[in-house]
Amino acid sequence: MAKDRLLDFDEALELFEPVLGFEVHVELSTKTKMFSDAPNEFGSLPNTNVSPVCLGLPGSLPVVNGQAVRYSISLGLALGCEIAPSSRFARKNYFYPDLAKNYQISQFDEPIAFEGSVDVELSDGTIVTVPIERAHMEEDAGKLTHVGGSTGRIQGAEYSLVDYNRAGVPLVEIVTKPIYGAEHRAPEIAKAYVATIRDIVVSLGISEAKMERGNLRCDANVSLRPRGQEKLGTRTETKNVNSLRSVERAVRYEIQRQAAILKGGGTITQETRHWHEDTGATSAGRPKSDADDYRYFPEPDLLPVEPSLELIEELRAALPEPPAARRRRLKAEWGFTDLEFQDVVNGGLLTEITETVTAGATPQAARKWWTGEISRLANAQGVEASSLVEPAQVAALTRLVDDGTLTDKLARQVLEGVIAGEGTPQEVVDKRGLAVVSDDGALIAAIDEALLSQPDVLAKIKDGKVQAAGAVIGAVMKAMKGQADAARVRELVLERAAAVEE
Amino acid sequence: MSEITPELVAHLANLARIDLGDDEIQSLTTELGQIVDSIQKVQEVATDDVPATSHPIPLTNVFRDDVVGETLTIEQALQNAPEHADNRFKVSAILGEEQ
Repeated sequence: MAKDRLLDFDEALELFEPVLGFEVHVELSTKTKMFSDAPNEFGSLPNTNVSPVCLGLPGSLPVVNGQAVRYSISLGLALGCEIAPSSRFARKNYFYPDLAKNYQISQFDEPIAFEGSVDVELSDGTIVTVPIERAHMEEDAGKLTHVGGSTGRIQGAEYSLVDYNRAGVPLVEIVTKPIYGAEHRAPEIAKAYVATIRDIVVSLGISEAKMERGNLRCDANVSLRPRGQEKLGTRTETKNVNSLRSVERAVRYEIQRQAAILKGGGTITQETRHWHEDTGATSAGRPKSDADDYRYFPEPDLLPVEPSLELIEELRAALPEPPAARRRRLKAEWGFTDLEFQDVVNGGLLTEITETVTAGATPQAARKWWTGEISRLANAQGVEASSLVEPAQVAALTRLVDDGTLTDKLARQVLEGVIAGEGTPQEVVDKRGLAVVSDDGALIAAIDEALLSQPDVLAKIKDGKVQAAGAVIGAVMKAMKGQADAARVRELVLERAAAVEE
Repeated sequence: MSEITPELVAHLANLARIDLGDDEIQSLTTELGQIVDSIQKVQEVATDDVPATSHPIPLTNVFRDDVVGETLTIEQALQNAPEHADNRFKVSAILGEEQ
């Protein structure tokens, strides 16, 4: 793969205006699939969550999942959309083995929700309003694993294996209108927009919204136009962007890549591009098909969806508070400073901290772990913090620190164990034998030994040179392999030193 | 006259994965052209007060409860697959058409 030439970001912005657009796919957390009663479940054995409908077997017929329709309406309302009095499904025809029936049931000319907007808050508190064109219902496709070739990617693969467990999982696709005026903040707006959509679907309780599992997927459209030009530039659509951090990086990359081509007098090819997390680059995918090539037509096997006004109003009344209001409330409830709260929002960690607090941690402890050690480990591995550890485990960890079982230092080791899959924090403590030695007897024995072997230090302490105790504390901590509370050791050292007979 | 050309028919055949010979493309160009012309005639008499309909049966909102039903066993799911491996359907690698 030839390396793309990139133009300096600031120079790119001087010459061109970036215009953004997003398609976010949200997998709904219904019990069953969109059009069949097969289970909607992640992580099952391949091809066990399938019915004849999922495999497109002859004679099988789709039936709409009522819960998925209610979830879709709720999401549409939360996006400030109008709900269509009548909407219908359409077939999107294409041949690819990720769907067995050679078409995807989607919505085309009559989406269930349209014309909305989402307020997105940036790190400095600026609110950007992102216009929403539509949100429509469709089904997810199966999962392909490419076998052979060196990278596990489709290039060079000898054959592919298909698992249809995901085929037919309910999706809502949220499509924005073009977003103008993003300028230097384009990458940040991209990330903040996807984080906001994630917050919305989580607060609605309609999706697991785990990006690393593909519950929430973002395709980012980027085009550039020379300053002063009215006409929009040719856009590319970057797919496979599976974390908030990647969304930000991918948009920045596309701006720099396209700017370099345009500045050199080249033209942008309208195409899909694939984001590669490892190299931090995009590569060309297929040329973008015209919508005409999908030969959409109304799905003859399904009837129109016509939600009653009563249902719409019932769902509207049940909507959770909007993200901006939620953020203001949480900030006050948690008592965070502006800086602390910004850290949380920028890290996309609102949901994690909410869940950790619900699971019993104090807000400050939850914040400290998520924005500190967990984020550090996630950055080092180039993954999302939320993918490393469950909020309940973090809460359990903070309880072990609070009750004195662990010091912060030991807790970091336990966290590593939890992330490495060694079990719950308590299990890691037991297996690795990491608990603080709180047995004063063991500590006193070690202290007495250290004092005896360093008589000069003992003399200094008895002379009132308390800072000399550091050498003894160090020796004791070493003897305890770090598994002691340093403050308690210090207390005991002074006590024992005073007690030693002249 | 319709805008159906042999190139368009060849393009559609390719999208639908139908292998057509030149003589078939020729005859289908004529036939599809006639069909499009006929539809255009119908559109001339269509009036604004009759909404377009895609479903002739006056039913709406046919929904299913979100309750898990029966699924196929892996053996049943794979029994018609020409090839399979690791409990999954085996297909030839298709380059550059990932959706």
